[in-house]
Amino acid sequence: MNSALQTIVQDLEKNFASKGSEFHGQASLLVPPGQIVAAAGALRDQHGFGMLAALSAVDYWPQRQPRFHAVYQFKNIPQKLRLEVRVPLDGDEPELASISEIFPNANWHERELWDMFGLHITNHPDLRRILMPEDWAGHPLRKDYPLGYEEVQFTFNFAEIEQRKPRPKE
Amino acid sequence: MTIQQVEITSDELRHLVSSRALEGETMLLNMGPQHPSTHGVLRLLLELDGETVVNCIPDVGYLHTGIEKNIEAKTYEKAETMTDRLDYLNTMGNNLAYCLAVEKLVDLDVPERARVIRVLFTELQRIASHLVWLGTHALDLAAMSVFFYCFNQRERILDIMEMCSGQRMMTTYFRPGGLWRDVPAGFEEAVRAFIDDFPRRVDDYEGLLSKNPIFLDRTKNIGVMTAEEGVAWGITGPSLRGSGLAYDLRKDEPYSGYEQYEFEVPVAKEGDVYARYWVRMQEFRQSLRIVRQALDRLPKGPFRSNNRKFVPPPRAELGTSMEAVIHHFKLWTEGFPAPKASVYVPVESPRGELGVFLEGDGGPKPYRCYWRTPSFVNLQILPKLSKNHLVADLVAIIGSIDIVLGDVDR
Amino acid sequence: MGVESKLGNLGIVTTTLEGVVNWGRTGAMWPMLFGLACCAIEMMGSQAPDYDMSRFGMELMRASPRQSDLMIVAGRLSRKMAPVLRRLYDQMPAPKWVVSMGDCASCGGVYNNYAIVQGVDEIVPVDVYVAGCPPRPEALIHGIMTLHEKVRGEKIRDWA
Repeated sequence: MNSALQTIVQDLEKNFASKGSEFHGQASLLVPPGQIVAAAGALRDQHGFGMLAALSAVDYWPQRQPRFHAVYQFKNIPQKLRLEVRVPLDGDEPELASISEIFPNANWHERELWDMFGLHITNHPDLRRILMPEDWAGHPLRKDYPLGYEEVQFTFNFAEIEQRKPRPKE
Repeated sequence: MTIQQVEITSDELRHLVSSRALEGETMLLNMGPQHPSTHGVLRLLLELDGETVVNCIPDVGYLHTGIEKNIEAKTYEKAETMTDRLDYLNTMGNNLAYCLAVEKLVDLDVPERARVIRVLFTELQRIASHLVWLGTHALDLAAMSVFFYCFNQRERILDIMEMCSGQRMMTTYFRPGGLWRDVPAGFEEAVRAFIDDFPRRVDDYEGLLSKNPIFLDRTKNIGVMTAEEGVAWGITGPSLRGSGLAYDLRKDEPYSGYEQYEFEVPVAKEGDVYARYWVRMQEFRQSLRIVRQALDRLPKGPFRSNNRKFVPPPRAELGTSMEAVIHHFKLWTEGFPAPKASVYVPVESPRGELGVFLEGDGGPKPYRCYWRTPSFVNLQILPKLSKNHLVADLVAIIGSIDIVLGDVDR
Repeated sequence: MGVESKLGNLGIVTTTLEGVVNWGRTGAMWPMLFGLACCAIEMMGSQAPDYDMSRFGMELMRASPRQSDLMIVAGRLSRKMAPVLRRLYDQMPAPKWVVSMGDCASCGGVYNNYAIVQGVDEIVPVDVYVAGCPPRPEALIHGIMTLHEKVRGEKIRDWA
């Protein structure tokens, strides 16, 4: 990573108890969950990272400590810098603070985290499911949620699948 | 998986609508998932004061396909077929983003011929996507002939894609390491015929719309967005360039050799629907420039990497070489392993920044593949842009943000 | 049809009631706009000048189900959208037909997972399935021609 990004990463490592790393030229910063709101604010106000490019999560089940990593991608447009921030979250129903006050577009991203992973976002103005129907049970992108593969109806098993496949009455 | 029956009452959305709606002063109207002007299955809950939109609440998810979870169940090469269908107007762009991410993750080289052809096709795909945008946007604003002209030209591009890959839309032509197969004879003539003929078509479309008083009336000063709002809300692509900020990933973070091409990034200042229209019309011309340069410089050489640890050998080799058979067997049954690391690769799609976050776990299947899709992020600003506009203006604004529901819902 | 030789130029044609009714139905079968995903783009492409569908009487794509006869389900049907599809089908007045366009609508297509209904024939009765991912506009027109033949073969017992 280039020197400007290096200084920013070192500054954040010092102030927010975080740890930087690099892979193939892409910088990544591991920030504890309690510090993410402050770190996001510092990135926007002091270091010029004005855009939240992406926000998602990775599920490391069956490992529980941490089980999830919330992954933020920040972009500094004037200086052409990108930074990834990872927040490790423990347990099956973890809580994550919302950064939608600092970056307004985090609103839908965090709703998606709740919907797909079950990460409870605190201080979110409108935490509802976004992609699945409102009455859906479960969080689909978790690793212990099944893919939902249905057996395909070929000619050799046509009759037995026809019995259990729902068909409209009219 | 069980589905619990939960009673959804209007209390769930109480915090989103204004108090005037609860008293009955304003009307709540559903612009349902099936609607001719929403460009797909988008549901909008409109709070209307007469014809004026007080608030607009988008409800997405009607096209959620679970592509990310499906990708986790397939190997890296086979998962690419899933990627075409995200933003189905920019299929080759999706393939490009995915291939770049895989190549970055496993450190795979791409020969120069493949990089040039990738740029050529990505720009042709950009033209095709903007043609659909123009056709449907104009159709919503009641200019129906533009729809027919645009789709007619789009068929020329689809013919070129079919010539190379066999498929009109879901091509999966780019593969990790290069291309699936080399371009056939007749490719160069077909592309040259298209780019020689197309500039006058763009002039036709501009002649029909750009100074048309009805079009100007419906698009000037509608849905104004400033550059600061755009950056704060994560808007990218032509929607942000219509507000004055020249942010284009092909210039900022070039990929696949884009730094070698000469082109401009069109920028408009007003930030209204007309500005975004103007930016996309100029992008037609700039994309043609890039296609012409790519076609002129097309080098000879291999079309896919030779690294047999990741790229299957051609079928002709299987008859003569034992290693080729072993590589073929391993790659098609098990797949190639990726390191335990993650990459994020952004590309410039016709809608904005399309980013692929790919994490490997040492095995042959992606552990997590997250798609940062531009339409999902760009759609969030719709309530803000459409405040105090008429319902008819809302249709123009949705068209100008250029969303594709496959992109929003994944 | 022997009467014509006697009646000749009086301008009278004899046929069956089924023939006339089915001819009328196939002549101007109005499709309802139900494009969901990628197949919708190919459906719009078949409406476009190169593969014109208005030669078959389908120039108008009605957005309202109350005014349409044919529902072309073009694209993947997610579980959130399924109740909407059924409701729109119920709102169409008889006679109505359904063409399932594309692999995702016919059988779930590429996606065999929690989010996609494996075939719209779990929700609505389908008359013609058109395969392809997405089907070429010519394939869709072939499907519509097949539907027209099916409609011409309908008997009075079925709809009277």
